Amino acid sequence: MYAFNVERPATLKDAVALLGKDSEAKLLAGGHSLIPVMKLRLANPSMLIDLSKIAELSGVKVEGDTVTIGATTTHQMVANSKELLAAMPALAAVPASIGDPHVRQAGTIGGSVANNDPNADYPAACLALGATIITSKRKIEADAYFKGMFETALGADEIITAISFPVTKTANYQKFKHPASGFALVGVFVAKGKSGVRVAVTGAGANGVFRVKAFEDALSKDFSAKAIENIKVPADGLNTDIHAPADYRAHLIGVLAKRAVMAAAKG
Amino acid sequence: MPAVSMTVNGKAVTADVDSRTLLVQYLRENLRLTGTHVGCDTSQCGACVVHVDGKARKSCTMFAWQAEGAKVTTIEGLAKGTELHPMQAAFREHHGLQCGYCTPGMIMAAIDMVNRKGNDLDETTIRHELDGNLCRCTGYHNIVKAIAAGARAMA
Repeated sequence: MYAFNVERPATLKDAVALLGKDSEAKLLAGGHSLIPVMKLRLANPSMLIDLSKIAELSGVKVEGDTVTIGATTTHQMVANSKELLAAMPALAAVPASIGDPHVRQAGTIGGSVANNDPNADYPAACLALGATIITSKRKIEADAYFKGMFETALGADEIITAISFPVTKTANYQKFKHPASGFALVGVFVAKGKSGVRVAVTGAGANGVFRVKAFEDALSKDFSAKAIENIKVPADGLNTDIHAPADYRAHLIGVLAKRAVMAAAKG
Repeated sequence: MPAVSMTVNGKAVTADVDSRTLLVQYLRENLRLTGTHVGCDTSQCGACVVHVDGKARKSCTMFAWQAEGAKVTTIEGLAKGTELHPMQAAFREHHGLQCGYCTPGMIMAAIDMVNRKGNDLDETTIRHELDGNLCRCTGYHNIVKAIAAGARAMA
């Protein structure tokens, strides 16, 4: 690992100022993506700005028809929130499939969304549920936020403070978990909310998370597994790697989408 | 070099460490608490699990300075003198180990499991919750039995 400096600001304002001063600085939340890539010398930050001392960034709030989750809320806190489980069981179920118990006690939702790993779970949840990424500067709709593999709309001195979700009861996430890494080989999140039916896929796209319009159109007319059973997702633009070829991933998208629709319709 | 102060197994410790020092390195190399192991060094295997403020953490994937002010418990901090912690005793009783390399992490993870899930753990829960700890010898069977017994003994 290369050497770096450490800052542990107590306020968001101080964290933004530190980030603005040093273009090579990186934010540290749970560290379970960043520290491994630093060990491999794939990341070489000059400074780590640890967000753990900023209390306002952590916590789950359910207010009216909006759920707001602070950026440094750990996966375990999200999974344990009784309020969230009552309001949006499909979202509350997402962190249980991430990593293992020890990883979930460290990893955070903001870290996952900021990193935008192409196999991560939360990007699919955000995109399907029409989440809003709230930053130190502005609010970004999920549709405009995820820009590609490990790429987002975040500016160089911008920090995610929270993610808000419209309460959506009819929703479900189905994940084909890679047995070793725990990441999604393919994951499909289906949601039927105020803004219509949205289907988001993680793990499969060569450019990260994406929506499947053909499924959304069919499900808008008829929210049933039957409505999408004859729609083939093209393998073009999907990942091929040692774990699975693109056509297998395309097949999984269809299977998981049907399962998600069935589970969501059951409620 | 950041100065770090924390409580490890009930004892206050302080040191100046390189910012790159991982918690597991600090425990093993500075404090000579070599019961906590490094298996994979990539946050997969769980041999390095310790408790930080009561929660199981992979100490190979956090820096020592992140534990500033924290209460850290390692495998060395479990026994009371010559009396083993009930989970340690259960691993011995049920032969929940072969080479022993993964055992400290297994035991720390098992106690965390009891803290989160209670004293009555069924086999499915234990196997599911052991997702973050790898053993390459025993096939887990006796580990699962040991954890179920240890969990009951902790009640």
